[in-house]
Amino acid sequence: MSPVFAIARHEARRIFVSPLAWTVLAVLQFILGMVFFLTLAQLAAEPGMLNEQAGVADYIGGSLYGFSSILLLLIIPLLTMRLFAEDRKSGSLTLLTSAPATLTEIVLGKYLGLCVFFLAVLVLMAAMPLSLLAGTNLDLGRIAAGLLGVFLLMLAFGAAGLFMSTLTREPVIAAVGGFGLLLVVWLLEAMAYGGGMFSELFRQLSLIGHFEKLRRGVFDTADLAYYTLFIVLFLWLSVQRLDLERN
Amino acid sequence: MENDILIEARGLTRRYGPNVAVEHIDLTLRRGEILGLLGPNGAGKSTTMKMLTGNLAPSGGTVKINGIDLASDAKGAKQHLGYLPEQPPVHPELTVDEYLEFAAALHGVAKKDRAAALQRAKQSCGLTEVSRRLIGNLSKGYQQRVGLAQAIVHRPPVIILDEPTVGLDPIQIREIRSLIAALAQEHSVILSSHILPEIQAVCSRVLIVNRGRVVFHQSMAELAAAAVPSYLVQFRNAPATLELPGVTSVSALGDGRFRIECETSHDPREALVERSVANGWGLIELRAQTRSLEEIFVSLTSGDTTDELRKAA
Repeated sequence: MSPVFAIARHEARRIFVSPLAWTVLAVLQFILGMVFFLTLAQLAAEPGMLNEQAGVADYIGGSLYGFSSILLLLIIPLLTMRLFAEDRKSGSLTLLTSAPATLTEIVLGKYLGLCVFFLAVLVLMAAMPLSLLAGTNLDLGRIAAGLLGVFLLMLAFGAAGLFMSTLTREPVIAAVGGFGLLLVVWLLEAMAYGGGMFSELFRQLSLIGHFEKLRRGVFDTADLAYYTLFIVLFLWLSVQRLDLERN
Repeated sequence: MENDILIEARGLTRRYGPNVAVEHIDLTLRRGEILGLLGPNGAGKSTTMKMLTGNLAPSGGTVKINGIDLASDAKGAKQHLGYLPEQPPVHPELTVDEYLEFAAALHGVAKKDRAAALQRAKQSCGLTEVSRRLIGNLSKGYQQRVGLAQAIVHRPPVIILDEPTVGLDPIQIREIRSLIAALAQEHSVILSSHILPEIQAVCSRVLIVNRGRVVFHQSMAELAAAAVPSYLVQFRNAPATLELPGVTSVSALGDGRFRIECETSHDPREALVERSVANGWGLIELRAQTRSLEEIFVSLTSGDTTDELRKAA
């Protein structure tokens, strides 16, 4: 077995034996469940909101996934902070760096392990709207686009958080740094409103703009390319940073 | 590929900015050998080991492990290594089994061989009874053993141990020491320590490092052979002078005590006892002393005498 999968399996196991992961999942589910329920209640009170253009999936999926993006921004740095910072602090990073695995394999392995956790989050988020299938017709394509958006957003947050974790040996600093970094990239959208020659550039660089389209059910390869580049960039930076540490 | 030289480091140098931590260290480890790396704190032992295990890139020099260059084929070279850093790299939230299973997978032990590899490593390190316990709940000594098990689970030809007995109680130290001696049956070991008896007890060759340089390098056998024996005697009614055949020098230490040095082929003890009885000197102490590793260590690593001694050596 390639070391990537060995590390990924190990990392996923470590995430799921820690109380942090379960707390995060519980809090996330509680808040999103509340949002889901409130939207549903609102919809039941005013069924007139639904028309030919906007169905149940648009309302429920839209508000649920829109709200989850903010929650994920707050939560993911807490999960990524441990990846390298904690291991460095406890000295257990040496196990990986002296094993027959390249730095790229180590970074990819840790990242994939994190993705397993993201899949768990995704399952929770999919389950809520899909439970409505029992009583109504849903636009599944719409839900799928929203879920894809959430997943890509999580992957991007995860990559940025992982990079911040390679910079320090204090998990808390990694979390704060990751949160700050994500918020800045997020808020680039706000700078785009100011107009000026760079406004289009800022709009393209912002994390939220690309998510918005998917949330509304528009699948554009440009958005996919944006997230892919974002992820590759931060994973590459992480490898560079770890290599620097050896020198 | 059978190769008799397992580690060959040439001109290993490491600088941190203007500070030189390790300067031009040459090191060779042969099959079946235990090499002791000895030096005061901050001498560059850990830095050297980090460079040997690929955790730190050397500023100069090369490392070859089992004939594979560490710089150009790190992955291939590291396959032949087991490393226990100063702080055991364990994950406290996992059980011993989970952790060792990962260590085995990471080092490329095939899935079907993993259970047997785990069993063997646990047996060697005395961990069989704690297999299912969380590493975080184990004592420091057991955590150290888990770290050691991690280093040997894939049966590497070379094991590098950085101060493996730090923080252990005397019984644990003795256990780890006998474990290392047992490991040397099948593996070659590099062991660092600043505890002299430890090196003396297990190593077949010793390298003393001070301020980033090698100041002493000899096998224990050579060390024993080269040692000039001296004898310490004490009499109740000491004679004014002592003259014995084969003795090269006698120095009075006061209080009836003398240090006697003589040719290696000559043992003056019997003659001393006979004379003492014949002349009524009242012999109360007679002891042979060899120049111990400790004396060499202290003389080589303390103060300004280092440079002189290195020239002399």
